Order: sequence, then C-alpha cells, then structure tokens
Amino acid sequence: MIWDLSVRVFAIPVYLLPSPGRILEVVWEHRAEVWVHSQATLFTVLAGFALSIVTAIPLAAILTLSPLGRAAIYPLLVLSQSIPKVALAPILVLLLGTNILPKIIITFLIAFFPLVISTAAGLAATPVELLELGRSLKANRIKELFRIRLPYAIPFLFSGLKMAITLSVIGAIVGEFVAADQGLGYLMTSALAFFNTPLGYGAIVVLSLLAIILFQAVCLVERVFFPWSLRMQN
Amino acid sequence: MIRIEGITHIFGEEADDRITALENVSLEFGPSEFVAVVGASGCGKSTLLRLIAGLIRPTAGRILLRDQLVAGPTTDVGLVFQKPTLLPWASVLDNVLFPLRMLGELSKGGIERAHELLDLSGLAGFERRMPDELSGGMQQRVALCRGLIRDPAVLLMDEPFAALDALTREEMGEHLLNLWTTRPKTVIFVTHSVPEAVMLSDRVVVMSPRPGRVADIIGVDLPRPRHQDMEADDEYQSSTRRIREHIFGARRPRTFPKPQAKVA
Repeated sequence: MIWDLSVRVFAIPVYLLPSPGRILEVVWEHRAEVWVHSQATLFTVLAGFALSIVTAIPLAAILTLSPLGRAAIYPLLVLSQSIPKVALAPILVLLLGTNILPKIIITFLIAFFPLVISTAAGLAATPVELLELGRSLKANRIKELFRIRLPYAIPFLFSGLKMAITLSVIGAIVGEFVAADQGLGYLMTSALAFFNTPLGYGAIVVLSLLAIILFQAVCLVERVFFPWSLRMQN
Repeated sequence: MIRIEGITHIFGEEADDRITALENVSLEFGPSEFVAVVGASGCGKSTLLRLIAGLIRPTAGRILLRDQLVAGPTTDVGLVFQKPTLLPWASVLDNVLFPLRMLGELSKGGIERAHELLDLSGLAGFERRMPDELSGGMQQRVALCRGLIRDPAVLLMDEPFAALDALTREEMGEHLLNLWTTRPKTVIFVTHSVPEAVMLSDRVVVMSPRPGRVADIIGVDLPRPRHQDMEADDEYQSSTRRIREHIFGARRPRTFPKPQAKVA
C-alpha cells in the first residue's frame, strides 16, 4: 500500500522502483520465461542441498567419533568457510566451465557448513547413559552411530537443514550471477541490464517465494516423519 | 553371584589430577539378593556399578560374575540410570524392546514379556505412547522394564528414583519389589536415601568417600513383603540409625548454639 502510494505520489520512474502491481503484471506477461528460469534455479538449489546432506552427515560423524579425524578435518572445514565463496565463484567457472557444475558446487560450499556443525553437535549431545547402555548391549561404534547417535541427532540435523536450504537458495543465486544462461539470478541480471526493472524485481519476488516454499517443505518433512523431533525442541 | 575382589579404581592419568574413586573394595552379592549401596557423593558408588557392568576396567583387583571374570561389557546385567534416558523417537513398547533389537534377539516371546512387564508396572495401555507424553515416574518405570526385558541375572540401578518426588519414589519402590518378587534376581541399588535403602534391601553396604571404601555392611531383618508401615519397626529404626552414624559419624556433631540475647 505505502509502496504503491509513494510510487504514485512521488512519480518515481518505473525503471527505478516499479509499483507492486506493475511487477506482478510483468511477471505474468513473462510467465513462461519465469517458469523455465525458476526450474533451473530449483534444480541447482536441490542438487547443492542434496550434495550438502550426503557430505555433511559423514563429515559430522567423523568429527564426533574420531579425534584423529577431527584433527584432520576441522582446520580444512574452517578454511573452507574463511574463503569468500562469492570470490571463489568466478574461479570455479573458469575451472569447470559455464555449466551447472560450478553453480552446484558454490551452493554446496555455502550450505553444507551449518549442517556439519549442527549434526556434529547432535551426535555429541547423546546422553552418556544411552551410550553406556549401547555398549552393554555389545554395540560397536557403527551400530552406536546408526542406532543411537544419529536418531538422537535428528532434531539438530533438522535445524541444520533449515539453515542449509535457505543458504542453498543464496548459493544458487550467487552462482547464477557469476555465469549462467538460465536461472532466476540470470533473469534478474539480464532484466536489469535492459532496464526491465519490473521483471528484475519480479525475479526477486519469485525467488523469495521459492525459498519460503523450500523452507516449509523441510519443516513439513520433519512434522510428518519425525513429530517427536519438534516436541524435543520445545 | 558376584564377587568383587580387592578393587581399586583410579581416574586420571597425570599424577596431580588422579582421583582414587575406590580403594581395596571387596564385596559379595548372592543370587536373588537385594543390596543397597549408600554413601555420600564421591564415594565411588556409580563407579562400582560401571565396573560390575564391565563398562570400565578396574585399576587393580577383579570382578567375577557367575565365576566368570568381567573383562568387558557384559549382557548379563540390566542397567537403570538416574535419568530414564529413553529413546525419544521410539514408543514405550519399542523402548522396552530396545535391548532385544540391539542384540538381534527380538522374538514373539520377547514382545509378550514386554507386555507382561508393562502390565506389572501399571503401564498397560501406554505401549504406543511416546516417552515425552509420560510423567517422570512413568518414564522411569519404562526404563525399569527395559532393564528387565532380557531377564538378566543382575540388575544394576544407579540412583534410579533420585529425580522423582517423594511420593512417586515410594510407589516406584513398591513396583520394583513387585517385579523382583515375580522374577528374583540380584539387585544392586545405589542410592542417597537411607530410608529407601533400608525399606528395599536385604543388606545395605555403607561406603565412605574419598577414597571410596566399604565402611560397613548392615543386614536388614525386616520380613517380606515390605510395606511403608514398617518404618515404625524397631529393626527399621536401628538399621537407619546405624547407617546414619556411619555417614555422618565422621563429622563433628552438629550443634545449634542458642542465639545470644543482645546486651543493651
């Protein structure tokens, strides 16, 4: 309302700040294009997110269970986080070419870290008594990991997943800014380059919607499959 | 059933942060005997249980369980801790069945036994509930059923009722004695509560702290089945007094000086 009014009252040119109505109008006009780019971004986000999960959980297990592994991996992890990923993106494109691979890797690099940390925290939070019970039932470290520690870490894992899915969207956009011929990040930069400001704004709106839907999807998975996990957090 | 021979247990590697938890402790527990272990904090009671379960190895001495040397974690004991530590993702029934699943021993008979134990503990109808839906006392009863599901020869209990309120404690004691009478086994029950120790057990091992040593072993000659009215019994009174003397005797008698009148 205020946005719409101020645009009209102050007669702000549409290439600077389009009204919300105009943004929706333009997105609707370009709906086929927006749909294709959304799918491309969604694919990058999901691929990077999936890669984060399959990497983060084993890493967290090694961090928690093996002091040697911890000593070897922890400095590398911190190093990987201290490199600015946005700066890394052009180099990855240079190395891997302008295909989907560098985008997925950037997404992964941005998203996996909180997942490792929260999963490791969950694995370490298992009560000592439960581990003692496991040992008295002849559980080796693998069995202890899969039957006791990992299930115990589920609530922690989900708080990591919620961070990771949001970061995955950011990662995908960073990748698409640098080098891409499709995706919402590309749509935005190309629209703005041609002063199609409403479409640029539209891309942001669609992107935010995408992020919200993905976040809610993670919450839904937790609610449906691990209802006890939510209760444990309260 | 269990022979503890000259156990010494020292925590810590470095000379200056070494703590002697137990020093030259020798004890014997008979089959189907209910023994309470009491003592102030730091007398190595919990360490003793973990040694018997084979979860830790003694610095010196040895433990025999059914004439077998305890050299590692043994499945012949049931464990009950101060906190219920149930699996939050598993139902009441699945929590009780957890030891069988871990050992790959799940059978129809096992499931029947789980139901039987839950019935005896007043938890019939709660099989499908999740742990967080139960009260603290009910959770601890589930933990007790879990400890008994394999019908172990020995049940080790580490201050199992310490986190519960006084009324629930009394109730839990009755549940425990019921289960123990149905299927007798050696119970080693670590507690801070002198009345609880006397009310439940055949013998009370009193331990002195830092380093943990056996100060005395007191037989409780109260008839079974036990009930709370026995608190008025002479035997109950004298046992309780003797234990208290051991725990508090080493300290100087506490005196409460009269408040002095202010001189105007």
